[in-house]
Amino acid sequence: MSDNLITVTIDGIECKAKEGEYILNVARANDIFIPAICYLTRCSPTLACRICLVEADGKRVYSCNAKAKDGMEIVTQTEEILEERRAIMEVYDVNHPLQCGVCDQHGECELQNYTLELKVDSQHYAIADTKRGNVNWSSVLHYDAGLCIVCERCVTVCKDMIGDAAIKTGPRGGDKLDKELKDSMPKDAYAMWNKLQKSVIVPSNGTEHTNCSDCGECTAVCPVGALTERDFIYKANPWDLREIPSACAHCSSACHIYYETRAESIDNPTEKIFRVKNEWNYQTLCGAGRFGYDYENTTAKKDPEALAKAVEAIKSAGTIKFNSTITNEEAKMLQTLKEKFGVKLVNNEVKPFADFLSHYSKAAGQMLYKDSFADMSECDFIVSVGAKLRNDNPAARYLFNNIQKMNKGAGMYFHPVGDTLIPTFGKSIQTFEHKPGDEESALLLILDLFADKDKLPDDVKAKLDASKEKRTKTVTEKVMEEVTETVVDKETGEEKEVTKKVPKNVKKEVEYEANSLVEKLGANPETFEDDFAKMMKKKESFALVVGEDFYFHPKSKNLANLIALIEESTEFKVAFIPPKSNALGVALICDLDETCEGSTVGYNEPADFTISALGNGDFDIPAMNQQEGTTTNMNKRVVPLNAALDYNGYELNDIMNALGLGKNLTIDWTECLPTDKGFQLAKFDDLPNGFRNDKTENRGYVLANLSVEKSGIEIEDIEDNALEGDIAYRCNPQRQFNDFTNKAHQIFEKFALYASKERAEQLGDFVKVEFENGGLELPVEVDERITGDIVEIPDFKSELDVYGLFGKDRYAKVTITKV
Amino acid sequence: MSLDKLKNRNVGVQNYKMLDLGHTPESGWGKFKQVLKRSVKLELFVGLKVTIREMFKALFMGEMHTVKYPFEKLPISPRYRAIHEMKRLLESGHYRCIGCGLCEKICISNCIKMDTRYDEEQRKEVSDYTINFGRCIFCGYCAEVCPELAIVHGGRYETASEQRASYSNFEDMLTPMDELMNQKEYPGFGAPTPVADKNIKKTPLAY
Repeated sequence: MSDNLITVTIDGIECKAKEGEYILNVARANDIFIPAICYLTRCSPTLACRICLVEADGKRVYSCNAKAKDGMEIVTQTEEILEERRAIMEVYDVNHPLQCGVCDQHGECELQNYTLELKVDSQHYAIADTKRGNVNWSSVLHYDAGLCIVCERCVTVCKDMIGDAAIKTGPRGGDKLDKELKDSMPKDAYAMWNKLQKSVIVPSNGTEHTNCSDCGECTAVCPVGALTERDFIYKANPWDLREIPSACAHCSSACHIYYETRAESIDNPTEKIFRVKNEWNYQTLCGAGRFGYDYENTTAKKDPEALAKAVEAIKSAGTIKFNSTITNEEAKMLQTLKEKFGVKLVNNEVKPFADFLSHYSKAAGQMLYKDSFADMSECDFIVSVGAKLRNDNPAARYLFNNIQKMNKGAGMYFHPVGDTLIPTFGKSIQTFEHKPGDEESALLLILDLFADKDKLPDDVKAKLDASKEKRTKTVTEKVMEEVTETVVDKETGEEKEVTKKVPKNVKKEVEYEANSLVEKLGANPETFEDDFAKMMKKKESFALVVGEDFYFHPKSKNLANLIALIEESTEFKVAFIPPKSNALGVALICDLDETCEGSTVGYNEPADFTISALGNGDFDIPAMNQQEGTTTNMNKRVVPLNAALDYNGYELNDIMNALGLGKNLTIDWTECLPTDKGFQLAKFDDLPNGFRNDKTENRGYVLANLSVEKSGIEIEDIEDNALEGDIAYRCNPQRQFNDFTNKAHQIFEKFALYASKERAEQLGDFVKVEFENGGLELPVEVDERITGDIVEIPDFKSELDVYGLFGKDRYAKVTITKV
Repeated sequence: MSLDKLKNRNVGVQNYKMLDLGHTPESGWGKFKQVLKRSVKLELFVGLKVTIREMFKALFMGEMHTVKYPFEKLPISPRYRAIHEMKRLLESGHYRCIGCGLCEKICISNCIKMDTRYDEEQRKEVSDYTINFGRCIFCGYCAEVCPELAIVHGGRYETASEQRASYSNFEDMLTPMDELMNQKEYPGFGAPTPVADKNIKKTPLAY
């Protein structure tokens, strides 16, 4: 897409727009209202509702799929269009239940809104209704086909955004429309009705249940009450709920969410979160964000004795052990404790990432990765390395999928654990199921394929050349062959010789340049060259996503250097996925140590003295939905969190006050975040938290990417250190990230060993996994989307110290025995 | 506007009219004269005459006007707005309330609360409902907004009790099952008007 700005006139208002932008989006960006039901801003137009009809240069077009052209004159309302829209709304109201009071969407229903907006006060059409059922699609999704208006927003978002494509339209079995209507009613309304009468939404796997990641985005986009969260059905009316803008605290994406709270019941007036909503036109939530909200600390009380003990524990502590589920302000307080008392700060989740970042910044001359994920949505070629996309970071996965669907993109996915979902995202995706330990080769291959060779150092160039060799392959070619046949003429009986050209498949030996890197990474070098050429067709901008495997890697320094080299010598936009929720913030704010010393105080981690928001520690602190603060997300943005629920106990700032280091409020620390790391001197209350109509994110502020002293890129020799044997991979199931998601009552994913179907059958129901320095006993669960023999072991229970077992690597050689 | 008008700050007294009420005596002699005049004229008995006449009528002629409350009660207007009643459906006996929450929303003194849930028959069940009568100002908005005519005002105006919470249980407000046949529609605000049938546009049906 080019950046040329064009001018269009909508209802007499001049609007600037990018070339190729849809009219509807131009109108929305300029605060001009065009009704639309089925269109989702970041997805492809569905053209189901047809209500977004406008007149462009005198011609009727659908504003959701008509591109704005320079000088275009657009009228959003004419007599004819209004009549058409009214007829469409009348048709939507046919056979739609009228007991609005019962419905959960009542009050925020788009069908209600547009019916009133278009002044539908009587009905002219009728058709016999069909019985449509009421089903639970999964443990969280509920579908009431009786309320569904088949706008297909759920289908569109599931395909274009989420990538599961778990639902589709199916047959409704409704009556056929009267043919006479075709002439008597407005034609778009007729076409819409004709389609509506034929379809309902069904799971796409042919069963009654969806096979998906249970993200619940379909429930969020549903304009009516047809798709709802099972837990929320009939519990509260939308207007009763207090909407608190905040950010999700589970993964490093820190998506914008609204907590919706209300008094729990008549008998219990304490405020409770009833559900989580998101701005689905601008950001997509995952299942953990939407359903993992009730992890608040309810046991906390102000107990001065406990406070005194906690202060004592911190004074005498040698080490504070914490993880990345922490706000920037808390991290700053811990860092202050380190500076004043010399206590060691240990964080197993972040330390390798912090090291990786510092290696990278030395090589690249800047503190942070160049680009952010938000900038990547316009790219049309995306490469993912070192990230288990489906599990590590939903936002990165949605981006990967969205690029395939919206920008006719292509993608390359490098990961040792095979995933059957990724190739379904698009037609031109190449997956490399390489051995763990071969990550450097993956980066070399990227350099070989994309780098400007003149910018590469000689030794790297030599390595790349050494990986190539001439080989021969057998290709089948179609050759036209001349065949002479004797034909007998039926009438005269004469024999004639006829020559014909007949296609014939001929096998031929061809010499080609084979890339041994491709072979090493598990793909076929014979076909790769052609496939890659196809993938590269018409591609303009490239994105590289770097994941957690690279930080937890014995050669992470070399990897960081290679990434810096890629950034320098290719056109890739590069961004890292911080391993856990506020890993980036912690890496920047805290000065982390390698190992524990002396007695340990755990901050949301088990230790000699445990300070915990889970309600099971020696001293209580507020959970992330009970406190104000900021978190740093993977887009390098510092975003505010607001308190959704009451909290009655002490917080870390109270301990700081007792030690004489505190401030009045926790949020007074926001303006103390280190500016030499790119933070700003902004006050918490001044941070915005929302989106603008033109899709721009207006939340918090973006970290400044400061330049640091550049020490040059050094690429080490690549040894063959691929792991063999039984391998375990540290990876959480989808929707589980930490102890807090585990506490939420709508997250059902178990702490278990996840394996492919075949592997799970070999392993049985319950296994013992032995590491070099300990072991775990786990039940075995099948993850149907995994392929290969590597098993996944989650780390979301901090009490089991899975990080300790794996050490500074995400892969470990293990022995697995049946129990 | 001229400055004079602005400078006149004696606002509001310009149009008063003084009534001719005579004048109150100020001297001692004047006051004494007034008392003497009123006593000798026996104005007291003029008033007593009416009382005694009515007493005779009540005692001896059977024209008693006193209502012996609480043993007797006067009939009140059917549109009187007192303690709420929850109506039932005549056919099934099920309560009419669908749990839409509009009464809760419209209540200007914020005294209605309800809890709803998804029940086993896939319906919205009102699991708890309460009105705080200590706060209710009996404005009638809840009855007016109710789409099902489920909550209406009744005629029960005696609201003295040991507990403010009395009467506020859903079960207490519901029409008792044995009284179902005697359940009457409320004719007040929110009820269909006599001309409602005429004003309704009928939705076509394809059956």
